[in-house]
Amino acid sequence: MQAQILPATQENSNPKRARLVVIGNGMAAMRTVEELLHLEPDLYDITVIGREPHGNYNRIMLSPVLSGEKSFQEIMLHTPEWYVMHGIKLISGIVAESVHRKRREVTLSNGGVVGYDRLLIATGSNPFVIPMPGHQHPSVIQFRDIQDVEKMVEAAANLSGQRAIVLGGGLLGLEAANGLVKRGVKVTVVHDIDYLLNRQLDREAANLLQAALESRGIEFVIGVKSDHIVIDEAGNMCGLAFKDREMIECSMLVMAVGVRPNVALAKSMGLQVDKAVLTDDTMQTSDPRVYAVGECVQHRGALFGLVAPLFDQAKVCASHLAEHGIRRYIQKATATTLKVTGVNLYSAGDFSGEGSEALIMRDHSNSVYKKLFIKDNKLVGAVLYGDIQDGVAYFDLIQRGADISAQRHTLIFTPDHTSDDSSVKELQGAA
Amino acid sequence: MTVDTVLTASLRGEAIKTTCAYCGVGCGVLATVDADRHFSISGDLEHPANFGRLCVKGSALGETVGLEGRLLYPAIGGVRADWDHTTTYIASQLKDIIAEHGPEAVAFYVSGQFLTEDYYVVNKLAKGFIGTPNVDTNSRLCMSSAVAGHKRAFGTDTVPNSYEDFEHADLLTFVGSNAAWCHPILYQRIKKAKANNPEMKIVSIDPRKTDTNEIVDLHLPIKSGMDVLLFNYLLVEVSKSPALNTTYIDQFTDGLADALLAAQRDVALGDVAERLGVDGVTLAQFVEWFIATPKAMTLFSMGVNQSGQGTDKVNAIINVHLATGRIGSEGAGPFSLTGQPNAMGGREVGGLANMLAAHLDIHEPSHRALVQDFWQSPTMIEKQGLKAVDLFDAVATGKVKAVWIMATNPIVSMPNADRVRDALANCPLVIVSDVIADTDCTRVADVVLPALGWGEKDGTVTNSERCISRQRGILAGAGESRADWWALAQVAQKMGFEGFDYQSARDVFVEHAALSGVDNQEGGVLRDFDISALSALTQGEYDALNPIQWPIKLVDQKLVGTQRLFEQGGFFTTNRRAKIVPVQNVATGNVTSNEFPYALNTGRIRDQWHTMTRTGLTSRLTRHIGEPFAELNPKDAEKLHVSSGDILQINSQWGQALARVIISDGQQPGMVFVPIHWNGINSTQSRIGAVVNPVVDPYSGQPECKHTPVMLKKAALNTHGFIMSLNSLNLIKADYAVNVRTLNGFRHEFAFTDDMLHETNLNLSEWLSSQVVVPVQAERMEYIDLAQGIVRFAWVLDQQLIAFAAIASNPDARATLPPRSWLDDQLGQEVSSVTRRTLLSGLAADPNSDVGPIVCSCFSVGKNTITRAIHAQNLTTVAAVGQCLKAGTNCGSCQSEIFRLLEQECKPVASAV
Repeated sequence: MQAQILPATQENSNPKRARLVVIGNGMAAMRTVEELLHLEPDLYDITVIGREPHGNYNRIMLSPVLSGEKSFQEIMLHTPEWYVMHGIKLISGIVAESVHRKRREVTLSNGGVVGYDRLLIATGSNPFVIPMPGHQHPSVIQFRDIQDVEKMVEAAANLSGQRAIVLGGGLLGLEAANGLVKRGVKVTVVHDIDYLLNRQLDREAANLLQAALESRGIEFVIGVKSDHIVIDEAGNMCGLAFKDREMIECSMLVMAVGVRPNVALAKSMGLQVDKAVLTDDTMQTSDPRVYAVGECVQHRGALFGLVAPLFDQAKVCASHLAEHGIRRYIQKATATTLKVTGVNLYSAGDFSGEGSEALIMRDHSNSVYKKLFIKDNKLVGAVLYGDIQDGVAYFDLIQRGADISAQRHTLIFTPDHTSDDSSVKELQGAA
Repeated sequence: MTVDTVLTASLRGEAIKTTCAYCGVGCGVLATVDADRHFSISGDLEHPANFGRLCVKGSALGETVGLEGRLLYPAIGGVRADWDHTTTYIASQLKDIIAEHGPEAVAFYVSGQFLTEDYYVVNKLAKGFIGTPNVDTNSRLCMSSAVAGHKRAFGTDTVPNSYEDFEHADLLTFVGSNAAWCHPILYQRIKKAKANNPEMKIVSIDPRKTDTNEIVDLHLPIKSGMDVLLFNYLLVEVSKSPALNTTYIDQFTDGLADALLAAQRDVALGDVAERLGVDGVTLAQFVEWFIATPKAMTLFSMGVNQSGQGTDKVNAIINVHLATGRIGSEGAGPFSLTGQPNAMGGREVGGLANMLAAHLDIHEPSHRALVQDFWQSPTMIEKQGLKAVDLFDAVATGKVKAVWIMATNPIVSMPNADRVRDALANCPLVIVSDVIADTDCTRVADVVLPALGWGEKDGTVTNSERCISRQRGILAGAGESRADWWALAQVAQKMGFEGFDYQSARDVFVEHAALSGVDNQEGGVLRDFDISALSALTQGEYDALNPIQWPIKLVDQKLVGTQRLFEQGGFFTTNRRAKIVPVQNVATGNVTSNEFPYALNTGRIRDQWHTMTRTGLTSRLTRHIGEPFAELNPKDAEKLHVSSGDILQINSQWGQALARVIISDGQQPGMVFVPIHWNGINSTQSRIGAVVNPVVDPYSGQPECKHTPVMLKKAALNTHGFIMSLNSLNLIKADYAVNVRTLNGFRHEFAFTDDMLHETNLNLSEWLSSQVVVPVQAERMEYIDLAQGIVRFAWVLDQQLIAFAAIASNPDARATLPPRSWLDDQLGQEVSSVTRRTLLSGLAADPNSDVGPIVCSCFSVGKNTITRAIHAQNLTTVAAVGQCLKAGTNCGSCQSEIFRLLEQECKPVASAV
């Protein structure tokens, strides 16, 4: 038995320890490792395999890097030194090509093989590229990692007054547009739905947001179907053509129309995969030795793109890897913010409006709009624009399912998310 | 000084001495005015009524004499006309009516706020020239029972004592008086006297516990209308005690035996304490104190007078003072606290339907002859005229075809006031003289005449202690307003009457003073009201006249007033002896029943005056109480399922009113108190006069405003709201609506029976915003909770809150509206960013609610929150901040900023250490 868990190719400082191999060096993966180290620092020999050639950085903060408000160094979470300090082997700039589950070996793109006792898959997602004619042109850029940012920064410097189109009016698209505008690029955002951030905002908040971004110089073409990217005979990008309106000229196109879970490896391993890697409430995949967290996961039918649930998953997964085995992952409402300096928006929960009552506060001349959604005397959703300082309080009320009937008339102004019975008990317990 | 020199002096910024326009205390006022009609007001240190003190109403006089709402021009049928044309028109109309229907088809209804000169002229015109006895006054509602009681006991309408006696008394009993609110300056004087004399005892006899109780040693919360029994009991007890003053009784009075018999019969009907509704110990204590205290004053007011048995109540009080000889002596006597600034002046000129002039009697042929001879008048009435309630009845039945209403608002103040309104609406000729353009009465007037307001009018008033003081014209009249005596004299002259060519108020006054002296002597027509010493006043002397109490004698060329009367008898009955009047307790005119189980009591509040046409103009006087209210005992509130702030529906068989519930232990179970002030201009359904029964006292004709059987219930109102606005809006057309003056603007409260959202499908937002008038560039903020029918708007212009509107349409609507007081204060104020966030909640923002720029986006934690936490909890590390506020614990991207904040905020601490 002991022989079977010996490493296949690499040296092992402590032959008695089990081997944990982590495929992916992103935020979900590393948060899981951190949590694990916190629980059981000596249980595993840990190897992290990362496609990108550096340590782990805060992907959420790529937008401020693009806009020039932060440097790459500022968003580094785990430097190479950190891995060394914690005895973790980091294999970066290398891709895990395949996994042999029977032999419990990972084969790397450089031909190396890493054996494991536990495997954590955190391969994240890939940006979706609409396969329209011209999509492979080198001036079509995604917005996913630091290389993309670097590409955009470089391109921006060379655009000299020419237009960039950002395709997609979601969070990433708007952040990209904002970053490019800050770098002096003329930007038009093209969005196929008739209001921006349609998954995070309602129409009214979206209109306020659009007006605010327009005042920063971003142009919008909304509710249009793009057709193809126009490339001239010399192979230069000329613009984006539409099904229902005339072409818009551009020299660069940022494709920010969403992501798809990166499940190629998991599929090739023969794990159960639907839209993403299926896990149970312990973040275990269909192979008991293999766990998965992050954007590559499908849990009870849901996919994940925001950081909060990823961190929750990390905590659960770590507890099982640590063999404490006590936590279960429960999906919670999520909240969204936009990383555009000076633009405050926040949405959480269910703001479809279906079967719910709405509380609305408008102060349009101050660019403030708040809408709360109430069902059965419980707050179920919130959309905040301009004044988001109570977002977390609402989020808390949504998550707790607290009865808000006593504070309904002040809820939109001064939410009280502390006076719930449970927290009173907590306080009493603490006292 | 003439009027002109007073005006000139006032324009030089000199302080002019005058008297207050409100209650019967008659305080001296020092007024300074600038060219823009801005007054500064202070108390006249030398005036014997107040010695420099002023109450809140008096202090605010300068704020109620602006041009806002003033009636500035005469108008006929709503069309502006000049004085000459208008008075000619009135004269010809009156002549036509007299020709067709006789002189008694003409009536005058005037006011205790008239100056004596106005009163004199109206009385002379009516009784001596037109020949109608139908001149009555709102004093009928105020102290006519005191007048009748005085006359029965003393033979004349005389207050035997002075204010100064309050300070000499060792026992002071308030009967039916909330002096703390209604006569604040006298109350303050008494309070001070009590502080100086710890032996002084103060008793209050009042069904209600009021603010007056602050200085009261003993409160007898007797049942409504039981005063006669109480004082009969006191008389019986006095008669058995050494306090019975047989010397005084034998020398100066008649009727004790009969009165005592009546009292004993009354007392024998059952346990007195139980019938009064007070405990026996309290009652015994009062009796003991009264018997033991020679220096006893009994101060009575509307609680006594406004009763179907008001005159008997007055006599029951006077009886015990006569039986003890405690009358007209230092610190002892009965004392009528009158309600109006010149109630007594009106009595002196005979400005009531049952009086002649100069304390002379209509029913005495010699008196009639005396007056007619003096006036050289073509006619003289021979019988009493119609008292207020009967007078408006006669208007309703068409017996009276023309009524000239001056300086009063009977559609608000009269009992059964809806009938008065309807009567006036159908009367062929209604002439209204007023200072205010839009009142309940001007709305039904055929002719309106602009009257001089306080500060403009010039003449004299007599206060509760017989003190005649000058009210001086400090300002030129607004617009074309003129003195009421002048308007009356114009009409008189145009009707062809002689003896009305007065050139000034002084001309009128000296004639009035001369009449008081005609044949006023032993053997002649002796009476106490004698001011003939003033009949030779020159204009300059009149203008310089100092306050003086009648009767007035000229001693060594000096005017000498009279502080007290009757200490040594000398009454003005035919045998010069006072009459101890037998009285017996009777039930109120209407008694409560199953259908109308509660007793309605009405009265004044501290900061308002009468029908609010003037005191409603300043927020200084509306901030204490801004809305009509109904005060209930907690037990009744529980029984009726109403809570504080609910709107109560009050129904009698005469009418209905709505008012906000106030719950107070001071109110007896089974009773409800509603103030008299709200009118049909500032409220839709809060004129309590409409509910009050038209029961009157058989002698005085004073209505029983203090007791009307009513039914109470929570008004079925399912939509509530209010609008605050810098500018005044029309009264909202709602089932309940009240306009309230606030610090910088107006608040318009309203409520509808319907759930406007759910029953009428009203678009609340559209309706509400259609009610408000704001400039187009105003920024509108809104809060909407449509499921609960809640819409609120706030309008901000140049960072200033200019309007706020809220409506709630749901079963619990009232409770879902924000409180008003804070918002009232915000109107017209700058709206800070902190306030703006929560403005629509109607609640003051917590200063800590300004979180500052967001640092941690994940948890929306702002810079100010972090800074505050760093200091409050001595946080020194990013991790500690995270633990405390969650900031930086999710994506972590703000941790560097938190670190910088820590450095910044902790440095001074570090360097200090």
